[in-house]
Amino acid sequence: MIEIRFHGRGGQGVVTAADLLAMSAFYDEKYCQAFPSFGVERRGAPVLAFARMDDKPVRRRNQVARPDYVLVQDSTLLDVIDVSSGLKEGGTVIINTSKNASEIELASDATLYTVDGTKIALDVLGRPIVNTVMLGIFSGITGEVSIDGVKKAVEKRFSGKLQEKNLRAVEIAFEKAGEVK
Amino acid sequence: MASWDIMHGSRAVAEAVRLADVDVIAAYPITPQTHIVEDTAKMVADGDIRAEYVKVESEHSAMSVVIAASGTGARTFTATASQGLALMWEMLFVASGMRLPVVMVNANRALSAPISIWNDQQDSIASRDVGWIQLYVETNQEALDTTLMAYRIAEDAGVQLPVMVCMDGFVLTHTVEPVEVPDEEQVSKFLPKFKPQQYLDPKDPMALGPIAFPNVYTELRAMQQQAMDGAMSVIEKVNDEFSAVFNRSYGNGLVEEFKTEDAEVIIVTLGSVAGTIKDVIDERGDSKVGLLRIKSFRPLPEDEIRRALKGAKVVGVIEKDVSIGLGKGALASEVRDVMYGSGDSKILSFIAGLGGRDITLDSVRGVIDTCEKALSEDVETVHWVDLKTE
Repeated sequence: MIEIRFHGRGGQGVVTAADLLAMSAFYDEKYCQAFPSFGVERRGAPVLAFARMDDKPVRRRNQVARPDYVLVQDSTLLDVIDVSSGLKEGGTVIINTSKNASEIELASDATLYTVDGTKIALDVLGRPIVNTVMLGIFSGITGEVSIDGVKKAVEKRFSGKLQEKNLRAVEIAFEKAGEVK
Repeated sequence: MASWDIMHGSRAVAEAVRLADVDVIAAYPITPQTHIVEDTAKMVADGDIRAEYVKVESEHSAMSVVIAASGTGARTFTATASQGLALMWEMLFVASGMRLPVVMVNANRALSAPISIWNDQQDSIASRDVGWIQLYVETNQEALDTTLMAYRIAEDAGVQLPVMVCMDGFVLTHTVEPVEVPDEEQVSKFLPKFKPQQYLDPKDPMALGPIAFPNVYTELRAMQQQAMDGAMSVIEKVNDEFSAVFNRSYGNGLVEEFKTEDAEVIIVTLGSVAGTIKDVIDERGDSKVGLLRIKSFRPLPEDEIRRALKGAKVVGVIEKDVSIGLGKGALASEVRDVMYGSGDSKILSFIAGLGGRDITLDSVRGVIDTCEKALSEDVETVHWVDLKTE
């Protein structure tokens, strides 16, 4: 079972990101689950969401405390919380930031990738909402979900112009991830 | 055609309401049930459910509307949670006393004060004596399937009781996971159109729920209990028939046993935390610990519980409620009552997950450790799991 924890702030689409990741796994014909940390989500407040995927049905319902992957949508959280908390040995942290990985210090010695997802989002979507971008990056770096799965999830969730733009953002992010890796 | 999709628990319930071809829906939105109201309202507006959707100003009114509609022979649906269920309380007795086959989904949530929007099961557990059948589900699939089964059970000529489908708020309602949405034709085979035994009809007038003097009230209450007793075999039968049509079932419909056969320790629980417990039991790799998930809390399947727990030396009941003043969980106290006089197993109460506190893998491991310790030494009977003492 692969477990993923998402960090972001209220209003950044963190919960949607987790949902979309589970949907991507679903379209890859895997069992999966996603849920938020059920806070009273205020705009700007730190938000958590979780996703799991497996070859057999996912039964457990507890919050993800020992993630294989951590996705951080907002790097200002790094000053506030230890995003790598509980990360499994050999786990990976992916942070949306304009900084290089070498400029960031984590509490644990996780494998760290940084990607300027906000730039991609601003270029393609015209808004600094990075959730779909992060999924393209996640797919590109980890291969845990296919880019086709991510695109199907985006197609299912969005329609019209928004769908078009998000699909493009996902593709660009996927390619960018290749460079980072 | 049946189709796989990935969806929130709330959506799974809405799909069931659509498939059940209900006639009247009345509900008032409350977290974490809100999406059920939204999704069913949209389905009605889009013409996907041919039902009358009655917007109401409170849960008391929602229940009143479905009671009245059910009295005229309509198939009805409502949903609520927590404070909403509390506000309905007066009318819950009216629905069961009038023997109306209303189906309601309760998205289990803690009660105020202090205000908590998060999950526990205090709301429905505190409504255990209202005369409703209560079925607790573990997954979104089971929420959908049980909502369909609930109509068969409620409308059975020998039952005629309202059914409350209890699903953990947020933990299921706000979780996306794969769900197989059954085929409409298959559902109409499993759940044909409702043919009420009797209903309010101006051409053939009758009264529903008039006064009962002391010379008949006791008998009417006894008949409700008889209907509950009879519901037991109906729930089993409906679970079997569901399995025959859709290839899925949930234990025997009343309880689900997981590795109980040779277990010295058996954990007993209600609802979605069963999944987490199953994972912890499996990671042990031995056969010393099993799980009994009680799906039907009302009627309480005493014989099934006794049979399943017969071989256990220690029974640990994990539940998301507490009977303040009794000092233990309500289910633990009922399991103790059921087991009275049969064997000498120790029955421990574990109060967990109140007000949305996460029941972690370590929480469950800790419960099992305590139960194993109880095999050879005395331990406290009641445990507040993960209680902070400072």
